[in-house]
Amino acid sequence: MTQPLQRLALAFLGLMALGAAGADWLAPAPYDLQNREALGEPPSSKAPLGTDELGRDRLSRLLHGSRVSLVLAPTAALISVFAAAALGALGGCLGGRWERAVASAADLTLSLPGLFLLLALRSVLPLNASAWLSLAATFTLLGLLGWAAPARVVLASIRRLRDSDFVLAARARGVAEWRILAVHLVPNVRPILAAQFLVAVPAFILAEANLGMLGLGVPESMPSWGNLLRELEGQPEALTRPLERPELFAPALLLIAAVLCFQALAGARTESST
Amino acid sequence: MNFLLALLLTGRLQAAATAGPQSGGELRFAIQAEPRSLDPHLVSDEPSGIARLLSGGSLVRIDHVTQKPEPELARSWKVEAGGRRIVFQLREGVSFSNGTPFTAEDVAFTLRRLADPNLHSSVADGFRSSSGAAQAEVLGKYSVAVRFPSATPNSERLFDVVTIVSAAAPTDPRAVLGPFFLEEHKAGSYLLYKRNPHYWKKDGLGRPLPYLASVRVEIQRNREMELMKYRRGELNLIQNLDPESFRRLSAEPKGGAIDLGVSLDSEMIWFNQVASAPLPDYKKAWFTSRDFRLAVSEAINRGDIARIIYKGHATPAPGPVSPANLQWYLSALRPPPRSPQAALERLRKAGFSLTGGVLRDSGGHPVEFSIITNAGNRNRERMASLIQQDLSGLGIKVNVTTLDFPSLIERIGKTWQYEACLLGVIISDLDPNAQMNLWMSSSSTHQWNPGQKKPATPWEAEIDRLMQAQSQEPNALRRKAAFDRVQQIVVDQAPFVYLVYTNSLVAISPAVRNVRPGVMRPSAIWNIEQLALDEAAR
Repeated sequence: MTQPLQRLALAFLGLMALGAAGADWLAPAPYDLQNREALGEPPSSKAPLGTDELGRDRLSRLLHGSRVSLVLAPTAALISVFAAAALGALGGCLGGRWERAVASAADLTLSLPGLFLLLALRSVLPLNASAWLSLAATFTLLGLLGWAAPARVVLASIRRLRDSDFVLAARARGVAEWRILAVHLVPNVRPILAAQFLVAVPAFILAEANLGMLGLGVPESMPSWGNLLRELEGQPEALTRPLERPELFAPALLLIAAVLCFQALAGARTESST
Repeated sequence: MNFLLALLLTGRLQAAATAGPQSGGELRFAIQAEPRSLDPHLVSDEPSGIARLLSGGSLVRIDHVTQKPEPELARSWKVEAGGRRIVFQLREGVSFSNGTPFTAEDVAFTLRRLADPNLHSSVADGFRSSSGAAQAEVLGKYSVAVRFPSATPNSERLFDVVTIVSAAAPTDPRAVLGPFFLEEHKAGSYLLYKRNPHYWKKDGLGRPLPYLASVRVEIQRNREMELMKYRRGELNLIQNLDPESFRRLSAEPKGGAIDLGVSLDSEMIWFNQVASAPLPDYKKAWFTSRDFRLAVSEAINRGDIARIIYKGHATPAPGPVSPANLQWYLSALRPPPRSPQAALERLRKAGFSLTGGVLRDSGGHPVEFSIITNAGNRNRERMASLIQQDLSGLGIKVNVTTLDFPSLIERIGKTWQYEACLLGVIISDLDPNAQMNLWMSSSSTHQWNPGQKKPATPWEAEIDRLMQAQSQEPNALRRKAAFDRVQQIVVDQAPFVYLVYTNSLVAISPAVRNVRPGVMRPSAIWNIEQLALDEAAR
């Protein structure tokens, strides 16, 4: 991984984050305003990405929709990485039955049907819960379900570090276990955690997109990349002749770009940590 | 438009007749789910209904175009004793597909089987009442009488869905009276039906029906895949097209897309009026207020729903019965004209006030409610979005929540944890008796306030009385008058806010001959024994 590519990825993500943060000022129209006399309009100076099938400005929806993906997906990734770090460190440091318990819990979590849990969560949320609350709950659950895979990596790393010479030396000198964890183990697994974070973010962005495609993501009329992608549903001619209506692909392109940027950063991080 | 459509269809029929339908070939179409049951007496879903239609023979069949009952296995019938008894004269020389003869004993056995409480047949509902179940009496080898516990108007229509089974082999799929028998069933994949060699019907030239050698019913949940297969010629027809697919097929020269006009189905919203629902009292007061419901109804732009969501293939709906129901439609009903001003005025009179763009009730509570609908139904989600904006003009905040279907059913049918619901109703039986469960206040499917011990409102009491009266009234005009009044009450009180009647959209390959599509479901294959494929298709 080259530095310029990493910088480019960072710059692009920064640009997207700025666009999402400034959506209230940058968007040409409110994201939910329906102009029922201008349905499915092509791009124009007034609406640079045209309007959707309900006459809503696509660019405004794209800018607001980016907030969901760019704020909540990293938050969910943070939750899962923190949980993975805590449980992985616990199992790795204490070893024995603790290690086996964490490994088994990770296996169990990986075998849980995540979609059904999300459906169950959605069905118990108050119906008048705000869109943001409903989203926060969904992403928190995604984050909590996502701890298992990174925890396995952390567990393996701690196990390896636990038996390394410098940790054995520290232990021989009578250094306390908590100090070994804080000074010797955590700094060594930090790059792994960062890489896991960067791997998790695009996974959560895609998870939201998948939920959106199923109609179980962000409630109407709040936009997200997932529900914006649904506009392509039932329009195979747009897929076969993408140049005729390129504006329909804006959310897909943004999603792909964001996922690639995070993966580029994750790749660079993984290389530097190994 | 309808006249032109009729001409076109007639033209197609005539062309087919002069060419002479050819026997043979396999008709292919898709259903969206596995039939819940292949027992014709346990049909409770559309796929099972299609399976029943392919292999089941009945005494009477409703013509899906004229909506009138036509003789099938019964040559004729006579209603006696003021609608308490019906006597059928059966066709002679008819055999089941396994070669055993069909007699009045089979009809009597079928009725006894339906009446068996252990079978739990919903088909039998029309044959039961609080005073008992219908009884069949064999009068001769080809004559049978059915006695109802009370006067049952239009009783012959009930027999359209009663598949006559063999008394000797009631559950044998190879002993049927329909045009096809089930040859092979691969769960989740397809059902293959073969021509019944003993089928009794002949065409005008005396040739045996059905023309088709087999029918393959694919189980295809993905509508996009169904459309793709149809375009490739792997399927011969699509029933119940969505407006977007219809638009795409209409643009193709051999797309075969046909808009049959207004269907029997409608889309609607309703508010939760269940007294014990876990809702704040002030919200219950809104939802039980006629003015509130009517104001919501007046604020919704039905024309936009028809134009934007259904691409013009829908009609604003005033009430429960669509114009497609030729006998029971009440033409005097009109959808309320869209008028946010009138809606606001109505709300003001009812104690609501609009301040700072927010509607508040007399207690100062901002008016906000949620509409639930089933996830994955794009049209409903977008309809809810339009309603959201329409009502925001009154200062009402609407939250749209999509739920998976089981969760939605749990809320509207068990826990009452919802405020408003947007769903559609599919009508497969034209007679109001089939809607008793919906309108009777004591019914568990009286959706806005089910299972009432006694009617909660005077107008629900009146609906109860009228529905009871029409169900026992042998005089057709008096029945119509009673049900007209029910429709008028429903429009005046708006327990259901009807939005649109959707059009019946189908796609039929030009290779399929003798199609007589009607708006009743299934629209394109109801006369399956008459359908043929032209030489090229075979």
